[in-house]
Amino acid sequence: MLSAILRILALTRKELLAVLKDRRSRTSLLVPPVVQALLFGYAATYDLNHVPYAVLDQDRSASSRALLAGLDGSGIFERVADLHHAGDLARYIDARRALLVLQIAPDFERRLLDGAGAEVQVIADGRNSNTAGTALGYLSSIVEQFNISWRSDHALPAAPVEIVSRAWYNPNLETRWNMIPGMIGTLTLIQTMMLTAMSVAREREQGTFDQLLVTPFHPYEIMAGKALPSMFVGTIQATGVLLVAQLWFRIPFAGSYLTLYAGLLLFLLAAIGIGLLLSSVAATMQQAMLYSMLLIMPFSLLSGLTTPLSNMPRSLQYFTALNPLRYAIDIARRVYLEGVGLNVLWPDLWPLALIAAVTLAAASWMFSHRMQ
Amino acid sequence: MSGEAAAALNAWPAKLRRIRALVRKETYQVLRDPSSIAIGVVLPLILILLFGYGLSLDVKNVPLAIVMDEPSGEATELVGALELSAYFRPQIADSMPVAQQLLLQQKVDGILHIQSDFARRLSAGQATLQLIVHGADANRARIIQSYVEGAVGAWTAQRAAQGQLTDSPPVTLLTRIWFNEANDSSYFLVPGLIVLVMTLIGALLTSMVMAREWERGTLEALLVTPVRSDEILLGKTLPYFVLGLIGLAVCVLAAKFLFQVPMRGSLWILLGASMLYVLVALGIGLLISSWVKNQLVASQLTMLVTFMPAFMLSGFLFDLRSMPLLVRLITYLLPARYYVALLQSVFLAGDVWPVIVPNTLVLALMAAVLGLSSRAVMNKRLI
Repeated sequence: MLSAILRILALTRKELLAVLKDRRSRTSLLVPPVVQALLFGYAATYDLNHVPYAVLDQDRSASSRALLAGLDGSGIFERVADLHHAGDLARYIDARRALLVLQIAPDFERRLLDGAGAEVQVIADGRNSNTAGTALGYLSSIVEQFNISWRSDHALPAAPVEIVSRAWYNPNLETRWNMIPGMIGTLTLIQTMMLTAMSVAREREQGTFDQLLVTPFHPYEIMAGKALPSMFVGTIQATGVLLVAQLWFRIPFAGSYLTLYAGLLLFLLAAIGIGLLLSSVAATMQQAMLYSMLLIMPFSLLSGLTTPLSNMPRSLQYFTALNPLRYAIDIARRVYLEGVGLNVLWPDLWPLALIAAVTLAAASWMFSHRMQ
Repeated sequence: MSGEAAAALNAWPAKLRRIRALVRKETYQVLRDPSSIAIGVVLPLILILLFGYGLSLDVKNVPLAIVMDEPSGEATELVGALELSAYFRPQIADSMPVAQQLLLQQKVDGILHIQSDFARRLSAGQATLQLIVHGADANRARIIQSYVEGAVGAWTAQRAAQGQLTDSPPVTLLTRIWFNEANDSSYFLVPGLIVLVMTLIGALLTSMVMAREWERGTLEALLVTPVRSDEILLGKTLPYFVLGLIGLAVCVLAAKFLFQVPMRGSLWILLGASMLYVLVALGIGLLISSWVKNQLVASQLTMLVTFMPAFMLSGFLFDLRSMPLLVRLITYLLPARYYVALLQSVFLAGDVWPVIVPNTLVLALMAAVLGLSSRAVMNKRLI
């Protein structure tokens, strides 16, 4: 038993050396997660803070100016043009110079004063309809503000029904809070899985795998020796992303680190299990890369990171049950934002454990049978 | 004719012959290695199917817990209005603690709390409804908030029309979302996915090619022949270019016939821009693989500089204008950014020249720069 552990440690050391002694390969493993977390942390948000709009104000009254002042003062809307002809509206949208175009009719103020209710026409660029919808949402809350102050200024009764909204766990509804914890798993998955899959394939391609086989190693020891370095690299990468989330983006950490790391280690084990299984199937590095790409892309896109799982058709939802990243993202988000404990995370933990157990067992079976 | 010009003229057929030979060699290699065919044809098909069906930002059938402190005709009527809407799946919860438990377990996405004096305050014209949403998915939460506001607004407007309430808001917005009237998120997600798929397969196809030759030492064998470095690069690119275009055709056909994304621009512009983009993607792969010489690092680098940036920084999902200046500057270096703009316009808006011309020019420039620098890197490596 002791000698087995010693052998595994020796192999781990050799693997780590192989990966980390080359400066290029070392940098390519340690720097990207942190840089990506920084970049994507800023980029990956559905919130808008810069909405260019153009306006065709045919009324040019005090009221229409007051409404537009509300937009300009929001810090989000930026007026790129005052239009004079209705024909210009389409040009601004088509050329993507404005996300929204507003048209205020000549009778805007008169209708307001008459109490008849005025309408503002809005056209949004729907080439990204989600962005368009968000911008329209911002616009309607500014109009809502305008309505409230108009009613109180003109001694009108308040709106018959008022909705008081609150968002739990994310009071300002910042998508960044949701994205960055989700990236802890996403950014580590890609490289750990590929590293594992390719490392065996490389030995096979270079013929050193056969040399490894004539040593007194058991197949499972070789496997452990391949898995441990990847676990190590993955844990460091995850820690890097976690540090960026806390120290740079200052997203408050609500849970316990022990819980988070327990979940992450289980996730890494599952990802590495899949990587090892792939490497036992692949004959060349190109195949290993292809197979891991074939899995990494669906894993990262169908993980609930950017689009909700509940929107997928039922059959795809079953497929995502095999996706370790799906559970890792859920664990990271819930521990990070909601501060839940292991008992609540049980539905995420057992599938990860199952995936890890099945893939590792299958990989070790494949290794020992390929050897004979 | 001077002797020099004649020599140059005579050099051409030889050059073409060498390129043809290289293309043939590379084509055999592609045809005999099933993994290249898999990358070029099977991968795009699988990816576009998976993601086309799997990615959606549409919010429908939102499970919403409703807590009525005191049943009243008005409250029941409001719940009825929500039930009729395709956006909600309301379920009555007995009390706030029960509803909060449901929200915590994410069995519902929100709670609408109708307080006990709702009916009385409604007749006085000042009722309040409390809405609690789960903020973990902020984008979805925001959409749910606006849907609830819309549904309640429609309900009060209906009551106003029936004369039970006399009030209309001073200003209402009459909104239209151009190019995507039905607000179907697959309209912009599918063109974006084409970009993602083409980026990946283009770069993947070539990224390992040169690194593999270096690693196996076969490039040296190639170098002692009279073949020149630009001929090697051209010979490597052409077969994969054809493979990439097949992948593109698969994607476009799926977008049009499977996901019913409208094609409002012309097919020629789509094809021209896509050919440029495939060249750029192949160029990235070639550059990486002639630079690092190591398949492991080449594959990791390709993943890092293509897939994730094209996913996060191309404007495919997230609005580029809202990114901080530094990040926005980085996105200008990204070919995917220009291709996303092109595809979203050509698919949804039509032939918008102010979008097509600058973006195509940038892609052409990038293709040229990548081609030249791959050659430079290779020439340097030879010495």
